[in-house]
Amino acid sequence: MAEKFLEVKNLKKYFKTKRGWLHAVDDIDFVINKGETLGLVGESGCGKSTTGRVVLRLLEATAGEILFNGEDVLKFNKQKMREMRQNAQIVFQDPFASLNPRMSVSQIIAEPLVINKTVSSKHEIQKKVASLMETVGLASRLENVYPHELDGGRRQRIGIARALALNPSFIVLDEPVSALDVSIQAQILNLMDELQDELGLTYLFVSHDLSVIKHVSDNIAVMYLGKIVEMSDYASIFVDPLHPYTKALLSAIPIPDVDIKRERIILEGDVPSPIAPPPGCRFYGRCYARKDICKDNTPELLPVSEGRSVACHIVHEQRKG
Amino acid sequence: MIYVRDNKKYSTDPDRLRCKLFGYATKTVGDKILSNVKVGTGIIPSIKKKSMFSVILRTVIKSKTAFAGLIIILLLILSAIFANVIAPPVFDDRLGDYLPSWSRQDLNNRFQQPNMEFWFGTDNFGRDIFARVIHGSRISLQVGAIAVSISAAIGVMLGAISGFYGGRCDNVLMRILDMALAIPNILLAIAIAAALGPGLINVMIAVGIGGIPGYARIVRGSVMSVKEQEFVEAAKSSGATDATLIFRHILPNCMSPVIVTMTMGLGSAILAAAGLAFIGLGVSPPSPEWGAMLSDGRRFMREFLPMVVFPGGAIALVVLGFNMFGDGLRDALDPRLNQR
Repeated sequence: MAEKFLEVKNLKKYFKTKRGWLHAVDDIDFVINKGETLGLVGESGCGKSTTGRVVLRLLEATAGEILFNGEDVLKFNKQKMREMRQNAQIVFQDPFASLNPRMSVSQIIAEPLVINKTVSSKHEIQKKVASLMETVGLASRLENVYPHELDGGRRQRIGIARALALNPSFIVLDEPVSALDVSIQAQILNLMDELQDELGLTYLFVSHDLSVIKHVSDNIAVMYLGKIVEMSDYASIFVDPLHPYTKALLSAIPIPDVDIKRERIILEGDVPSPIAPPPGCRFYGRCYARKDICKDNTPELLPVSEGRSVACHIVHEQRKG
Repeated sequence: MIYVRDNKKYSTDPDRLRCKLFGYATKTVGDKILSNVKVGTGIIPSIKKKSMFSVILRTVIKSKTAFAGLIIILLLILSAIFANVIAPPVFDDRLGDYLPSWSRQDLNNRFQQPNMEFWFGTDNFGRDIFARVIHGSRISLQVGAIAVSISAAIGVMLGAISGFYGGRCDNVLMRILDMALAIPNILLAIAIAAALGPGLINVMIAVGIGGIPGYARIVRGSVMSVKEQEFVEAAKSSGATDATLIFRHILPNCMSPVIVTMTMGLGSAILAAAGLAFIGLGVSPPSPEWGAMLSDGRRFMREFLPMVVFPGGAIALVVLGFNMFGDGLRDALDPRLNQR
């Protein structure tokens, strides 16, 4: 068994709204091993980006524990937090909004170094920036241009270079490719893959795109309305999805073959409001396999086989009997 | 920065321009950019940093009104700098010495209509109105620049704090500023000037304080929208302190409306200072303050126009200039209109 790198226990994040508490992330647990990638997948508004931000303490968690190498991040003071921030970075979804429009490329990449004073002399910073730009495949002649002069793929490379500047061991990738077109997506995903191998990085990869998740993840967690409904290694979930929601999601992936007719599971209704969610299974209202037990009892995320767990009464019943 | 065609790094780089350079170098040898590039290897210089200033200036000059405004402002600055060259000290026969042209009285030449010797005529003490208007530009420019700096510096700070921290701090600060906003600007300036007493510095303070709430409001709004953007979060995630976030990341992205307001504010500050001088709260005589000159000329307005027309015209022209330039600047700084 690989070394546990990040362990999240009972993590909750509620937002205060006018109509009550919004349960963005509601009691989730997961583990990421060193050097591996956890793919966090789910539809919009299910709390996956919030999870990524809470893990880095860009948002304060409502309750729970976040253990980095066994230490609880939520208990860190300012000084320790600063050290932690050097170890954990984030790449954002929108390469247009995540780069300061008033700074040139080299300034943006150098910013984490300047903030943390890890490198003191100007010359050293320049050298570091040049090597980072080379690592992510940016031509060094672009060092003085501004982000608005570049295309989406290159901007995302800047974002990655900035995240790498402090030699972190963990990066949250918050939908890093969903704002890019498909050919650039592949470039960026391959770059991430190479970087992970070279630098031994651990990723939390947030995405709504199952094919992207399949490409990058070692383990996959499927989220629905603030809860993890299924957790699995990357291979078996695509072969044998267990949770009804996962099945429905997977049936939505198009297959580029006209002869294959497949059963498409169409979910009815909308995602219920995350403000004061009903008791019982979150998926109850839209589930095609629902039973009475699902209405009032929240299913727990229980292991069903080696490396797989699922939160569904139906599956649990089948396994038992 | 040397790229070799067969180098492996070539393939990892998505740089289209470079592919073009290598692919078509022989075809376009005559081209300026390619003339020093050999096929296969070449040195591509880093793209030079474009200064914000030059880009903005170019956009401003494209607009005719803004350009006219710029010319007026430049004339004002030039006349302030070279006031002693344009209207040099005059030799006074009676005292046998050089006297400043703006304060030299010649009672034999009172109320002269504009002529070749006195371009704008002379006033009730026989002083050269042209010299006084030219020297007055120094006072106006000083008052305008310093008053605007006072209001912008304090206003931006308050707005940034208020917008960044939000919550109770924001509430308290903004309510105080609301109270200040409730008082008309000129009335506030009059009250402050009356309390502090006459004098150039007091005028600057009086006019400057009146402008603070306006800047604070503008900056607060922009800070609130900019601080939600992801690049701020990115800086936060690498451990930036609040001060770094505000000064390096947020404020530089909030400056466009502030710069526009400052330009327009210069005009209104000059106007307010002239207004204070007109009612006797400003610069004390015999300083050639335009507002004070207007006030002096008011008594003779029916019989002798030059004493009001020229200082009044100067005020109007300068305020117009700053407003026109500010309008152009707003267009230039607006990213939506900015199609470079």
